[in-house]
Order: sequence, then C-alpha cells, then structure tokens
Amino acid sequence: MAVLSPAKTKQNSEDEPAVKRSKGGLVGRLFHGLSAAAGLTILLTLAAVAGFLVLRAWPALTASPAELQEISWFRADSLLAYVGPLIFGTLLASVIALLVAVPLSVGIALFISHYAPRRLAQGLGYIIDLLAAIPSVVYGLWGALWLAPALNPIFEWMTSALGFIPLFAGYQPPAKNILTASIVLGVMILPIITAVAREVFLQTPRLHEEAALALGATRWEMVRMAVLPFGRSGLISASMLGLGRALGETMAVLMILSPGFLYSFFLLKPGQHQSIAANIAAKFPEASGLSVSALIATGLALFVITLAVNMFARWIISRRSEFSGAN
Amino acid sequence: MTTLPLTPTPAVPTGPGRGAASGTSGRTRLQRWVPWAVAGGSVVVAFLVLLVAATPTVASVVALAAVTYLVVLTVVSRVVEGPRWATDRLATTLVTFAFGIALIPLISLLWTVVSKGAKVFGPTFLNTNMVGVFGDMTEGGVYHAIVGTVLVTAAAAVISVPIGILTAIYLVEYGRGPMAKGITFLVDVMTGIPSIVAGLFAFSLFTLIFGPAYRAGIMGAVALSVLMTPVVIRSVEEMLRLVPNELREAAYALGVPKWLTIIKVVLRTAIAGIVTGVMLAVARVIGETAPLLLTVGIITKVNWDLFDGRMTTLPVYAYNQYSQGGAGVDRAWAAALTLILIVMLLNVVARLISKFFSPKASR
Repeated sequence: MAVLSPAKTKQNSEDEPAVKRSKGGLVGRLFHGLSAAAGLTILLTLAAVAGFLVLRAWPALTASPAELQEISWFRADSLLAYVGPLIFGTLLASVIALLVAVPLSVGIALFISHYAPRRLAQGLGYIIDLLAAIPSVVYGLWGALWLAPALNPIFEWMTSALGFIPLFAGYQPPAKNILTASIVLGVMILPIITAVAREVFLQTPRLHEEAALALGATRWEMVRMAVLPFGRSGLISASMLGLGRALGETMAVLMILSPGFLYSFFLLKPGQHQSIAANIAAKFPEASGLSVSALIATGLALFVITLAVNMFARWIISRRSEFSGAN
Repeated sequence: MTTLPLTPTPAVPTGPGRGAASGTSGRTRLQRWVPWAVAGGSVVVAFLVLLVAATPTVASVVALAAVTYLVVLTVVSRVVEGPRWATDRLATTLVTFAFGIALIPLISLLWTVVSKGAKVFGPTFLNTNMVGVFGDMTEGGVYHAIVGTVLVTAAAAVISVPIGILTAIYLVEYGRGPMAKGITFLVDVMTGIPSIVAGLFAFSLFTLIFGPAYRAGIMGAVALSVLMTPVVIRSVEEMLRLVPNELREAAYALGVPKWLTIIKVVLRTAIAGIVTGVMLAVARVIGETAPLLLTVGIITKVNWDLFDGRMTTLPVYAYNQYSQGGAGVDRAWAAALTLILIVMLLNVVARLISKFFSPKASR
C-alpha cells in the first residue's frame, strides 16, 4: 500500500502531462499534416511533370504541318510521322538490350543465389551493383571509344558470314550502329534486372528446393522445377523495369549511335535509327520556339510509354505479392 | 505450385535405372579434377589452334577456350554420367559464364577509364577551369565543373531529402488506406521517369516563369530532385520498417507522443541507414547527364550562383569534351575518372556508415 499510493499520486500528478499531451497532439497533428503534405508533393510532382509537358508541347501538337515544316530539322509530314521512327528506334534499342540483359541477368542471379559459395554471394552482389553506380556518360564514353572498336571484327565477321540475313547485312565501320548502343544499354540495365531476380530467387521456399533435391533432382532440375517457376512473374516485372530504364536512357545512345530516322531492321548499319531521348538531347541545346515544343512533344510520348511500361511492371509485382505465400 | 512435386516424381525411378543401364552399378560421377583438367586442356588447345590459324589474343583464346570447355565437358559428362548430369553441368557452366561475362564490361570500363583518364588527371586538372582553352591545347581542367556538380547536387539533396524523409515517415508511421497505397504506387512510377523527361519538366517550369532564355543551376537541381526523391523515399522507408515495433511501443508506454517518438526513437534508430540511403541516392544522381545538358548547360568559368546563369557539371563537361574531339577526349576521360572516383567514394562511405553505425537490434 505504501508503495502503491505514491505511484497513484504520481499518476494523478501525471494529469498535467495529459494536458501537455493534448498540446503534443497539436504538434503531432502538425507533424502528421506535414508528412502527409510531403506525400502529396509526390502526386503533385507527377501531375506537374505531365501538366507542364502537355502545356509546352501544345503549340507543336496543334501546329499545322506547314508551320512544322519551318523547323530546320523537321522533314516529316506531321508530328506523328516524325515521332514514329523515333518510337520505333527507342523500342528496337530497348528490346535488343532486354534480349542481351535478361538471359545474362537470370544466369548471374542464379549464380549468386544458388551456385556461388555462400560466403562469396554478398560480395559478388556488390560487384554487380557497382555496374549500376557507374554514370551513364561514362558508359557512353566506354561504348563509343572502347566497345565500338572492340566489336568491329565481330561485326565484320557477322556481316560477311551471316549477311544473307537482312538483320546483319550492310555493316560499315566504325560500329556506331544500334546493336552497339543496345549492348551498352543491356549492360546498363543488367544490375537492375539482376538485383530484382536475385531477390525473387532467394525467396523460393526452401522446402520446395529441398523436396526437389530429395526426390533425386540435380541442381539444375531443382532450379528449373522449383526456383524458376516461383520467380517467373518477378522476372517479368524485373524485365519491365529494365525496359523502362532502357527506354529513357539518353547518353549511351547519344554518344554511340549515328542517327537516322527510318523504320529499319538493319542492326549493323549506321544512320538508320535514333531514340527519342537521344534525339531530344542532340537537338535541344540549339532549339527555340516551335522546335522546343516539338521536342517536348516527343518527350511526352516517351513519358507516356515509360509510364505504361512501369505501371505494368508494378501491377505484376503487386499481383504477385497478393498470390505468393512468401510476402 | 502444388503441381510442382508431381513433375519430378516419375523421374526418380528412371534416374537410377538409367544409371544402372549405362553399365556400372550405382551412378558414376566424374572425379572432381576432371572439370579443371578439361578447362586447362581447352585453354591449351584454343591457344594452339589460334597460333596456327591466326594471331592469338587474350580475348580470342578465352572465348575459344570457353566454347571448347563447354562442349567437351558436356560430351564427357554425357558419356560417363548420363544426360541428366550432363545438363546439370552445362547449366552450372553457363551460369558461371554469365557472371564472368558481366565482369567483362565492369573490368574493361574501370580499366579504360583509369588508364586513359590518368593521362591528364592530376592536381592541375582538378584546380583549373576552361577559360582561355581552345583548339588543341591540352591545358584546362574541371575545377568549375566540380563546383557546379557539388552545388547542383547539394541543392537537389536539399530539396529532395526533407520531402523524401517526411514522405517515408508518412508511409510507414501514418499512412493507412487508399492514399498511402496510391502514394506508394506513385513513388514506384516516379522511379521510372526517364531522366531526360525530368530535364524537360524543369526546363518547361522555369522557362514558363522566368522567360525562355533563363538558365540556372537551380533548374538542374529541380530536375535531379525529381529523380532523387523516389530513391530517397524507397531507402528511408525500408530503414524505418526495420525499426522494431517494440521500441515504438516502449516509447508510447512511457507517454511519449507519436511525433516525438518518431523524431527521438524511430529516426534516431534508423539514422545510419537513412544517411546511407541518402548518400547512395546522391551517388545515383550525381552522374546524371541528360537533364543537366538541357537545363544547366555548360560554361568555361566558375559560377557560384545557383540562381543565375549557366553552370558546368562534370557529366556534361565529359560529354562536351568528348563531342569536341581531339585533346578534349583526354579531358573527357579524366573527367569521367573524377566522376567515378566521387561516385565510388560516396558508395564506400555509405557502406561503411551502414556497417559501423547501424543498430544491432535490426539483425
């Protein structure tokens, strides 16, 4: 009792802090409001990005073809006809980059998650993450000045041995073609896809793996029957994230590719393709007036495409997290 | 998932059966030294073949040896161990090669940047700007570019770090229901905004307000903060979720209001992780080129004023020197080296902070 009563009086005297608490409630509400406002900024920023792009692109979107023709570099009948080859070039470069990066990433992720000695695995993961830390302009330098000369003999062999396939026909050195640019893009998106794939593979339920091994499966059979099916949707979304990154990558394409505005599948020919982002970066510094609007309109197209790709990727991820028992 | 175990089941009886059918009792496996012997043999064979057919280079020997190894080991394994183990060996080899192939760009890139960048890199390079440098002059440096990069990136961090941390706090501590879900989704979407679109956004925003000729460091900072904020939010959110709930509950039980708990307990516990996340985010945007090319531009002398006039930043400088060609290419490599050194330094310091200062409770 003697112990309890001071505690009780103390509790009574704590009624004052209860008053203080309501004051704390005011600060707390302020703090809550502040953090919610910060969250809303995200929404506003995205809306502002879309809004300002539309606003500045509007003059070009509504301009007549005759007005557009006055832009010095504009040689198409309409804005749509101008942006078409650019979208084609962007998609082509990104898809080839995916074809390069996805199989490699799956291999690397498997190596790190299931093949490498466990003690090494984390360090190896860091090494791959280093690739993500390298600035894009350095990739551009490397691609244009090291990779292009290094690929030259391979491309020459390809065009002479496989030249009957239109894809590989007509190579001319230096290797400033879309395949070189795509390979560099592939290297750039490699760490992103690998990181996601690694996480997904590591989430494979251990019991599935052990069950497969216990039934006499070899390691590869275990991977094929337990790990890959489990990670399939994660892999798809990882590839989509990589695709989104490749679509918007500017510098590597700008510094490597010699541009052209054609719907062309000649992967080894220079002067056939150009991506939206590289085209903007190349023309923007000298642009003014309506040409700025036209370039921003192409940027709007890029924004819409990457938004769609990323939303699709996120949708797959969220669908997966609802299904899988791991999350 | 439930159908999974069904597939391997029929394989079990046939597996050992085939092994027995192939002659020996039980299953025969290759000795441990065999793959190594095959590897050594393929290198020798590849070298000899190339010596006869053409001049051997390191790249061609390695490439030919890899293909030889792949074929020989698979064939040997198929003959001795059976098709299932041959496939397994093939897969192991391919997976290991995938990792090796990924190392090629990393090593060659770092090597090229260091060896070519070292030509003009040095204290003078870091301490001079490009005033009065023209033609084939090999002088000139990146002092003004470093100043520009530091100012623009710092301004971007000042904008995006508070917003990022507060948003992460909202998502972890307060956010419930559709708004929090919506913001999480939008943050993910924002991560995917192409850097050039962020540049176009900053350009549109500022030229609409200040007139079409306006160029300033702050435009670049806004563009970078669009790219940086979602990265900060993601990493801070992850760190806050690592803070054990017991700590929060202990604080509430002592009568500490929620906002004070967040500041004094949650943020204090997660501070090392937050600093690491912010540094990694800075390292990510410091190398962004395209948005700065559109907004901040390039200039030959130092500009300390973020709000007036063009500035030079390291990535744009590297691109600009590369496109000039000639002696500029050497400066481009040296600028790339400077940039990589800064990025690596940020990465290393960030990892060290998270290693030494992160709370032990999160393990």
